[in-house]
Amino acid sequence: MTPSTSPEPVLAVDGTPLKTKLARALMVRRIRALGLTLPLLAFLFAAFIIPVLLFLWQGVHDDTYARYMLHSTPVLEAWDGVSEPTEAMYAALQKDLVQARKDKTIGKVATRVNRELPGGRSLFTSSARKAARLEAPYREAMIDLKPAWGRLETWQALRVAAARYTPAYLATSVDLKYRGDGSIRRQDEKRRIHLTLFWRTAEISALVTIFCLLLGYPVAYLLSNLPARRSNLLLILVLLPFWTSILVRTTAWVAILQGNGVLNDLFVAFGMVNEDGRFSMIYNRTGTLVAMTHILLPFMILPLYAVMRTIPKAYVQAAHSLGANGWVAFWRVYFPQTLAGVGAGVVLVFILATGYYITPALVGGQDGQMISNLIDFHMRRSLNWPLAAAMGFVLLVLVMFLYWLYDRVSGIDRMRLG
Amino acid sequence: MRLFALFLAAGTWLAASGALAGDLTVVSWGGPYTQSQVEAYHKPWTARTGHRVLSEDYSGGLSEIKSQVMAGNVTWDVVDIEAAEGLLGCDEGLLEEIDPAVLPPAPDGTPAEQDFPEGAISPCMIGHVVASMVFAYDRDRLSPGPTTIRDFFDLEKFPGRRGMRRSPKAVLEMALVADGVLPDQVYEVLATPEGVNRAFVRLDSIKEQVVWWEASSHATQLLADGEVVMSMAYNGRIFDASELEGRSLAIVWDAQVLEIGHWAIVKGAPNRDLALDYIAFASKPENMAVQASWISYAPVRHTASEMIGSHHSNPELDMRPHMPTWPDNLKTVVWQDVEFWADYLDELNERFNAWLAEG
Repeated sequence: MTPSTSPEPVLAVDGTPLKTKLARALMVRRIRALGLTLPLLAFLFAAFIIPVLLFLWQGVHDDTYARYMLHSTPVLEAWDGVSEPTEAMYAALQKDLVQARKDKTIGKVATRVNRELPGGRSLFTSSARKAARLEAPYREAMIDLKPAWGRLETWQALRVAAARYTPAYLATSVDLKYRGDGSIRRQDEKRRIHLTLFWRTAEISALVTIFCLLLGYPVAYLLSNLPARRSNLLLILVLLPFWTSILVRTTAWVAILQGNGVLNDLFVAFGMVNEDGRFSMIYNRTGTLVAMTHILLPFMILPLYAVMRTIPKAYVQAAHSLGANGWVAFWRVYFPQTLAGVGAGVVLVFILATGYYITPALVGGQDGQMISNLIDFHMRRSLNWPLAAAMGFVLLVLVMFLYWLYDRVSGIDRMRLG
Repeated sequence: MRLFALFLAAGTWLAASGALAGDLTVVSWGGPYTQSQVEAYHKPWTARTGHRVLSEDYSGGLSEIKSQVMAGNVTWDVVDIEAAEGLLGCDEGLLEEIDPAVLPPAPDGTPAEQDFPEGAISPCMIGHVVASMVFAYDRDRLSPGPTTIRDFFDLEKFPGRRGMRRSPKAVLEMALVADGVLPDQVYEVLATPEGVNRAFVRLDSIKEQVVWWEASSHATQLLADGEVVMSMAYNGRIFDASELEGRSLAIVWDAQVLEIGHWAIVKGAPNRDLALDYIAFASKPENMAVQASWISYAPVRHTASEMIGSHHSNPELDMRPHMPTWPDNLKTVVWQDVEFWADYLDELNERFNAWLAEG
């Protein structure tokens, strides 16, 4: 924007070109606006983004072994993972075992190894107790102590454990086994569980989203078309369960759906089933679907309601006056205008559903478990945080992918919460 | 990792409770169980030392302890912990070591170490109570009722749904005993792939009729609702329901799986010395016997078992036959092998969940 190429620039009172002045003013306003959002951005960054990234980092970085087993780590790294373990490797490990027992770090190391080698924990702790008394040659002495030391798989597991950066946890979280010789195979058939659960999580979340949409759409329509006084009353009915504890709502469903519950009693009373034919509607997938749909319903209704309220009635009236029947007027004129709310509700419900674990834990029974229940197990029970992080990462990628897909299909910018 | 600890520190700082210096925080499982500890240990200990006890509830696991220790902001002192998790916590350096010398001898002079069963004292944990995973049934629905663990796995003799804990722990042990494995050989068998298969084949035979529960309160609920005809449950829950609330539930002690509840001190606990004093106080046989008048979990110490009397609310209710360690109840019993579960929990849990998902 050099003055020579443009026609006579408009000048402000003080002689600077008006365009520059305008740009400067806009810039100041932008910085001010940014300044106002800065606290929130900083808060999000510090309290959400960094912790999440740091936690995910654990899924690929684990230096427990390398930190405490100083002698055997370099030897294991240098080993090719297939040839017979050498005496030098046994000697280094013996040294480390003695040291780790002295430093009381053997438990941490043993827990790490156990994740690669079931039974590795007691192999390590019991060998460490006796390691100081062993004499060279260490190979024979250690195999004598525990025959497991003579097996190649033991050493391959150690090699995996010794690596600071490891794909082992990520591999486990998608039912693969990263082995000490660098190869990746499928997990033993009887232990494949993660992919099943990821798939089931996606499936249940999708079904819950569909049910929420089917049930929530008419309710939101009703809400937005009633006179304010009555719609406010109805809105409270939608919000009331929203303010009730999830636990209470879930157990209420148990009381309603169980074998001797309210619903089955009604069926029997009306002769729809006999006493022995009571339906199993809880402690299975049905129970999970019903309870989750109910709990997540407000997240669908509220964005739909917010969008529908802003749609002028005149459009549908105009469609009718131009000859459209009820269905056409709804499908061609009304529905497209609510798409923004549908998008918001669908994304909200689906993403919330993928992370649910209290409800499936309580009413899921055998086939209503989701991946978050397993993450919870590793966070609290087995303390295998790296594996939990790896599963969380896979889940995050899955959700991101679906979010991207949604963006491609219907456009995030069209999504509106009101 | 340091950075992660820093963020954890910020998180726990925000969540820090209002404990004053000199208040001992004791964390336990809640409900009637915590109540029994309040009556038997907290109140008399406060009366003796003048220090308040802050009682907190948790649902087991180590994640809170790990977060506090990693963040260097420990607010819990004493934790009532499951043995397998205590072992893991000790390995991971999350728990203080406890010198067994603090434990008081029995009134008759027996040194503490001889008064505790084998394995109840370990580097970071002092056992205090014996709880049992049994199976129970509703006498109104089944009569004559089941008498052995085989009956639990016999759908022809006793049709109807069964409640089981959704965890390989105790479930696999019971399945093997029902399959004819001697109780004291269960873990040897379970350490072999054939043994694991054998347990799952046995479970297959009732799988379709099983209702899986997770929270232990859920088991009694399932029985009370008539959702199942029999269910695995902790014996204390069944005792409360049958003896105190008057429900017609009965326990089958055959193949009960016994586990010991432990005291542990969180690494870097703010009141470490008080915590030791509290544990020593709670380990006195006479105090353990008081707890046994509130709940039907047995004191760990041999001499304490001999002091068990009647229920605190009803002098006619003798607590002894309701204890898992009562001789009549001990005929076939599996003592939970903590080392075994520390080794194989992850593997068997994957296998168990995969088996559940097979449909």
